[in-house]
Amino acid sequence: MKITFDWLKEHLKINSKEKDLLEQLTNIGLEVETVENLSSGIELFKIAKVIKTEKHPNADRLKICDVDIGKGELKKVVCGAPNARERLITIYAPPGAVIPKTQTKLVVAKIRDVISYGMLCSESELNLSDESEGIVELPTSKYQKKIGDRYFLKTKTNTIDLSITPNRPDCLGVRGVARDLAASGFGKLINLKEKKIKSNIKHSLKVKINKEKNQGCSVFGSCLIKNVKNTESPQWLKDKLISVGQKPISAIVDITNYVMLDINRPLHAYDADKIEKGLIIRNSKSGEEFTALDNKSYKLEKDMCVISDANGVLGLGGIIGGTRSGTEFDTKNVLLESAHFKPRSIRNAAKKLNIDTDAKFRFERGIDPLSIEEGLNKAAYLIKEICGGEISKIDIQKTESYKKKKISFNPNLFEKISGFKISNREMIKILENLGFKSKQERKYFSLTIPSWRPDIMQEIDIVEELVRISGFEKIKIVDPIKERTRSTLTKSQKQFHFLQRSIASKGYLEAITWSFSDSKYNDYFKGKCEDIRIVNPISSELNVLRNSIYSNLIMYMRKNLDRGFKDLSIFEIGPIFTGSNPGEQNTVICGLSAGKKYRLSWIDVERDIDVFDVKRDVVQTLVEAGYNSDKFFIDDKTPNYYHPGKSGRLFLNQDKDQVIAYFGEIHPNILKKIDFKTESLVGFEIFMDNLNLTDKTLNNQKRKFEVSDFQKSERDFAFIVSKDLKAQDLINVISNIDQKLISNIRVFDVYEGENIPENQKSIAINVTIQSNEKTLNDNDLEKINNLIIKTVENKTGAKIRS
Amino acid sequence: MSDLKKIKDDFLLKLEKKLSLSEINEIKTNLFGKNGLISSQFKKIGSISESEKKKFASELNLIKDELQNQINSKINEIQSEEINKKLEKEKVDITLPERTFIRGKIHPVSQTIDEISSIFSEIGFSVEEGPDVENEYNNFTALNTPDNHPARDMHDTFYLDEKKEKLLRTHTSPVQIRTMLKDKPPFKIIAPGRTYRSDSDQTHSPMFHQVEGLHIDKNINMGNLKGCLNYFIKEFFEVKKIKMRFRPSHFPFTEPSAEVDIGYEIKDGKIVIGEGDKWLEILGCGMVHPNVLKNVKVDSSKYQGYAFGIGIDRLAMLKYGINDLRAFFDCDYRWLNHFGFDPLDVPTNYRGLSR
Repeated sequence: MKITFDWLKEHLKINSKEKDLLEQLTNIGLEVETVENLSSGIELFKIAKVIKTEKHPNADRLKICDVDIGKGELKKVVCGAPNARERLITIYAPPGAVIPKTQTKLVVAKIRDVISYGMLCSESELNLSDESEGIVELPTSKYQKKIGDRYFLKTKTNTIDLSITPNRPDCLGVRGVARDLAASGFGKLINLKEKKIKSNIKHSLKVKINKEKNQGCSVFGSCLIKNVKNTESPQWLKDKLISVGQKPISAIVDITNYVMLDINRPLHAYDADKIEKGLIIRNSKSGEEFTALDNKSYKLEKDMCVISDANGVLGLGGIIGGTRSGTEFDTKNVLLESAHFKPRSIRNAAKKLNIDTDAKFRFERGIDPLSIEEGLNKAAYLIKEICGGEISKIDIQKTESYKKKKISFNPNLFEKISGFKISNREMIKILENLGFKSKQERKYFSLTIPSWRPDIMQEIDIVEELVRISGFEKIKIVDPIKERTRSTLTKSQKQFHFLQRSIASKGYLEAITWSFSDSKYNDYFKGKCEDIRIVNPISSELNVLRNSIYSNLIMYMRKNLDRGFKDLSIFEIGPIFTGSNPGEQNTVICGLSAGKKYRLSWIDVERDIDVFDVKRDVVQTLVEAGYNSDKFFIDDKTPNYYHPGKSGRLFLNQDKDQVIAYFGEIHPNILKKIDFKTESLVGFEIFMDNLNLTDKTLNNQKRKFEVSDFQKSERDFAFIVSKDLKAQDLINVISNIDQKLISNIRVFDVYEGENIPENQKSIAINVTIQSNEKTLNDNDLEKINNLIIKTVENKTGAKIRS
Repeated sequence: MSDLKKIKDDFLLKLEKKLSLSEINEIKTNLFGKNGLISSQFKKIGSISESEKKKFASELNLIKDELQNQINSKINEIQSEEINKKLEKEKVDITLPERTFIRGKIHPVSQTIDEISSIFSEIGFSVEEGPDVENEYNNFTALNTPDNHPARDMHDTFYLDEKKEKLLRTHTSPVQIRTMLKDKPPFKIIAPGRTYRSDSDQTHSPMFHQVEGLHIDKNINMGNLKGCLNYFIKEFFEVKKIKMRFRPSHFPFTEPSAEVDIGYEIKDGKIVIGEGDKWLEILGCGMVHPNVLKNVKVDSSKYQGYAFGIGIDRLAMLKYGINDLRAFFDCDYRWLNHFGFDPLDVPTNYRGLSR
């Protein structure tokens, strides 16, 4: 909503400076977004006369004009307009001027080797009209003595752009803003005398509101103005509209716009001669069509509120008029409409048709239902003043009458909510200045709500008005109490933070990527999930909710590799989605590592990063989080985006109830498809929601501190086993032999090849044997050695390597 | 006696020379071996008269000790010389690079969330969460933003179905609804998380982060709201003084509503919070609307309180001098490395937020 200080002064008696005004507007909740002088630099545009034209030597369509810009000064200007001719009076813009339409600054330029000092302007370039064919032609009679004068009058006023919140339609007119300022003690609202239409002329056009379900129009007021002469608006009106960024069109249209901007009363003017047998306000039928004033054709759905005549739809009530009945310069008889439309109906229709107009913006927020006649009075007299004509009686059709809204307000609520006090008298003063009528009834105020305030419905709304106008700075700071009655984080939140930092501490950079993804990438990683499509994605590259973090992470990983980085680890902790219902999401930590370990190291041996690197990161993180790695169970059943032979899944124990993590090499086919070039790419996913949490603290989960000081001994075994035998199974067999004596098992070599039969491998194991009760003698050790060999051979089919 | 003296003097003289380990061992054998000079003197003790014996024995022991000490120190000397020689050979170029290490980092948004949680923890807030996919009721209707309310236009919403019943939450405020439906008052929570609006340009990203705050109890008024935010902003920016301005605004779910600006200035191209005469909007807040309380079955005649919503990314940008919002989600390795935090750098109350 744009206003100017000058316009405001027509409604507000005030001596303050603009700076104070801006501050006060913001203080009462009418936020000042920008302040700009639309006319700054506009004084540079001058009335000028073309003295001579000659053809440009290097371009057929260009002319070189000698232009008289006043005081005998001639400028050479290159111009492409077909109508540039000798003796034409037009508008000249010198170098340094900013062209209003394009906002470009002119410079002295060489155009095809000829220097041009400035430019001759078209109406379109000056935002005067849409006319872009040729340069402005000013009537000689009026302008020939003004050569060299500035064309535009410089306005001193700044345009103030206010951000009006949706609850305040009353401030979508200058008067409403003035009223609010006055209520806050900033100036005094000027009482304007309303000139009412007194006419004997019959309103000869029949208007009817159809009584039907969901009728969007409740009141339709109108009057006829006959024998007008539509013209350009007088300068004061043009200036006014331009000062708030509106484009003057013709007097009749400009007047309706002016009344809307001034008192927030949208109007519409019809060429009465184009209306066939009266107006009917009715619900649209499905498929009806009309061409609106924005020159677009709209196909209507059922039950939109339309203004129609015998020939069909003329316009969408409260949203936009149609071209068929629009006013033109040759319009003789005008029907002026001032109606009331229901916000819901307006919003529905405008949304479906995707139309946004000043009228729609106002009606959907709620227009003062009692402003219908005021609008007609004001506009009709202005039309008569500027265009002449005779005004008819006002005709008002209505299906509903406005009922005054009243609420009873307990003044104690104010302090209870705001924390500060103002007197009852002060409260009443503020409310009355805002247009409320009040009566004190015992401890309550009985308040009649002004008709222009649809937002006020209950007591709390009154509190808001009072706080807003008294000033938020009056609220006293109450320092918070430093007391904690509940723990800040839940167990799972604590785990989230722990795991996040645990992974980062292993060299992964934390990334945050969007929760949506490109379905093309998501397809590689979605497994058995269905696409969860976004109905209105911002681009086709972000059209589904991600089923896996990999889809985004791998894309960004590739971007980083494209930047020239080779060895890189990134991770994200965040949601993945399993369905489109609230709660169908899981928190996952997903990481990717690319490239090599120890690349170009002078000391370590360079190698590709591999599945056991990523397995370590997963296992170590889980161990750090408090899970017992002795119980972990791992198998090789993984989703299809992992390398089938170099990936695994991890369970907290052998029961295998829930997968805690997947890890492994990303499937080479995917890398190929997305053109991902690296020596190696491994990744992991940890499913946080599958990690069971106990109520016990980590401390309570620990066993008693017990250590053995008896001598321990280590024994090495090498077994020849089937190639399919899993190391995990071998270790389990050994550790189950005697958990009291076998305190540690380590695999220190795995070998296939020479000296080992085909389809077999050798696994070398180091076993630590220690008792809690005594030092084991040779005999004890020999016994356990033999038991280990025998059990392993029996249970796994292994053979001890001699 | 001159025998003993002679042996001592002779050998002490020999031991003064530079000797190898084998030469010393030879001397050792000559003196203390089975038939060594000192050993044979000890054998003599039995044949000496009682009157002489004591004196002789004590003298002999003294000489033995002296020679033995001398030999030992000579051996030590040689050994340490040899070790030094060996160590000299083992010398490495210590300026060669250490073994490579890689350093992970925590994203600035995560760090900021931890900072925020830490501050609010101190004044008794606990952390709540809600799902990213919400139903239309929790995101709008329950928050006093019925269908066809123009305020819905201010939220460009991503929908998951044609009926527009399921959506990506446009703010963290639905967590208020979930929290209040789940429990009984009083409520004192913050809810950080991802939020989504179909808006994308230099200053808007289709996904961003918000933290919601909600405090409902018997006598919580706007003074408490102001106090809470004043405390938070001072703590967050780690400044002693803050310039804060409450400006009336409108949110359907709070009444009265305000937007909060903080004062700042630009010094040497850097933003300084708490000084200067420029204002920067950082959050929206207000007293929870009675309609919202009614929707979650909290008796608004008994309970009242405030709510606020803060843009986390925006706070992070201000505090850490980050210019471009979109870079947050671009995963540029260089950016993550530059703006990220060491995982050990956990913001806490006792340590302070920043290092």
